[in-house]
Amino acid sequence: MTITVPGATDTAAPGGAPAGGLAAHQVSVAYGGQRVLDRVDLHIAPGETVGLRGPSGSGKSTLARVLALLHAPDSGHVTIDGQPLGGVRHRLPAALRTRVAVLFQSPRAATDPRLSLADIVAEPLRATGTPREQAAARAAELADLAGLTPDLLTRRPHAVSDGQLQRACLARALVHRPDYLLCDEATAMLDASTQAHVAAVIGDYQRRQGAGVLVITHDPALMARWATRVVDLPTA
Amino acid sequence: MTAPALLTVDGLTVRFRLRDAVVHAVTDLSLTLRSGELLAVVGESGCGKSVLAHALLGLLPRNATVTGQARLHAPGRDEVDLIGAGERHLARHVRGRGVGLVPQSPATALTPVRTGRKLLEETLRAHGHTRRDAPAAADRIAADVGLDAADLNRYPHELSGGMAQRLATALALAPDPPVLLADEPTTGLDRPLVDHTLDLLRRRCDTGAAVLLITHDLAAARRVADTVAVMYASRIVEHRPAEALFDGPAHPYTAGLLDALPDRAFTPVPGHPPSLTDLPGGCAFAPRCARATDTCDRLPRLAADGAGRVACHHPLREEVPA
Ligand code: SF4
Repeated sequence: MTITVPGATDTAAPGGAPAGGLAAHQVSVAYGGQRVLDRVDLHIAPGETVGLRGPSGSGKSTLARVLALLHAPDSGHVTIDGQPLGGVRHRLPAALRTRVAVLFQSPRAATDPRLSLADIVAEPLRATGTPREQAAARAAELADLAGLTPDLLTRRPHAVSDGQLQRACLARALVHRPDYLLCDEATAMLDASTQAHVAAVIGDYQRRQGAGVLVITHDPALMARWATRVVDLPTA
Repeated sequence: MTAPALLTVDGLTVRFRLRDAVVHAVTDLSLTLRSGELLAVVGESGCGKSVLAHALLGLLPRNATVTGQARLHAPGRDEVDLIGAGERHLARHVRGRGVGLVPQSPATALTPVRTGRKLLEETLRAHGHTRRDAPAAADRIAADVGLDAADLNRYPHELSGGMAQRLATALALAPDPPVLLADEPTTGLDRPLVDHTLDLLRRRCDTGAAVLLITHDLAAARRVADTVAVMYASRIVEHRPAEALFDGPAHPYTAGLLDALPDRAFTPVPGHPPSLTDLPGGCAFAPRCARATDTCDRLPRLAADGAGRVACHHPLREEVPA
């Protein structure tokens, strides 16, 4: 079922919220003097799928980047299980950083064209020092889960379709067993069958891991089907 | 009376030669596009639908071999063979004027050093408008696509993705071509912008143009298409009026795609599409098809089926022989 929560404030956000979860607290972001997010609260509990909706330019992607610990807000902060996080990217310890993963719309923009699909999937493991062989085995397991056949793993991005490359990005996103997965228009470029498959893989993973998922999509049918709760983000 | 055909494609086949393989990108594709018709070609990425658009514009890379025919019958002009015509002829008389392209990624299609207004006025003047009446015509087209004067005076890189898409659409509409090709024109746009772009294409049809909309987005096809052609593994497998296709698909692959929609079963088609370098001899969908029998080792021909065409030995609505 889908419940719409109007207004800038996520009513499931703290104070009365459960301690577990990934949360934005009073987050504001401006780019070049233009305010994109204005004191936004959002809370994603373990196991739930939150849909984030808003007009073009309302800062949905910016909020996803803040929650993914890729962009530091100008004010406000992000917490995981109630613990405030200072800093973003590599300033955070790997054990914290890898608890949140993100899947973007364009797999081409999100992958290195020189790497094979196998190396793209294994990249985050290698970045945290996992031995090569162990990383390769884990990458193969994830690739299979994401629906990539072994013959595709030796190819580079230019030799596969967008749908196949997005499956590799999904495998990469799950490789560290994140507790939160943020999907920013992640299936907008995919045909209906690939979209349904990607959503099913994420749903299975979510059930096994108890992970919280954020879904950003402009497609009302997909939002209604996928999200268990929808938050509206008004223009800042 | 049926409307006049503006584009007829007959047996179009495109192959790409790689170092150690041949890509079967488009195979034996035939279709007729009539004045007033919006035909959506749908299918998953890599099924050959974008190659079709590029073949019709003569924009394929050098390693491509094209056979078959594609004829443009622009009213009041000589018929042009789009496959046989040389690059000079295509560049001067066909692209833009005869067949317009609404591109997939406007950012790369727009010249960065000129403002939208300059680009639009230049296009208009190259197609019969005078220096005097081009500015007013540019304003009119800009208003049509939803660009205001301030946006028109910006450089392409200063425009948001949605605005750049509107500018690219305005440039394609400016020469008033009888046939428009739109190659995934809505990827990455917000729903209101998607709908706006689709409605613009629809309106062009209503004034007599014909549109070939290439898209992976079934919701887009359902919104505006008169007819839908489903491509799978380089071939059209089903082609019929949109309503009939959405309500009662005959090809098992079409049925599978529709079942994958989030407002239907939301279940994927099982298995994977075959590699276009290694297609089976019979029906390419057989490994994923619950209705496959031994007969399906033979290639099913695209044959008339009700108001449309289907390429399947055991189309839905028929019993599978025991
Ligand atoms: S020809 Fe046979 S295998 Fe192919 S779609 Fe029809 S029933 Fe399925």
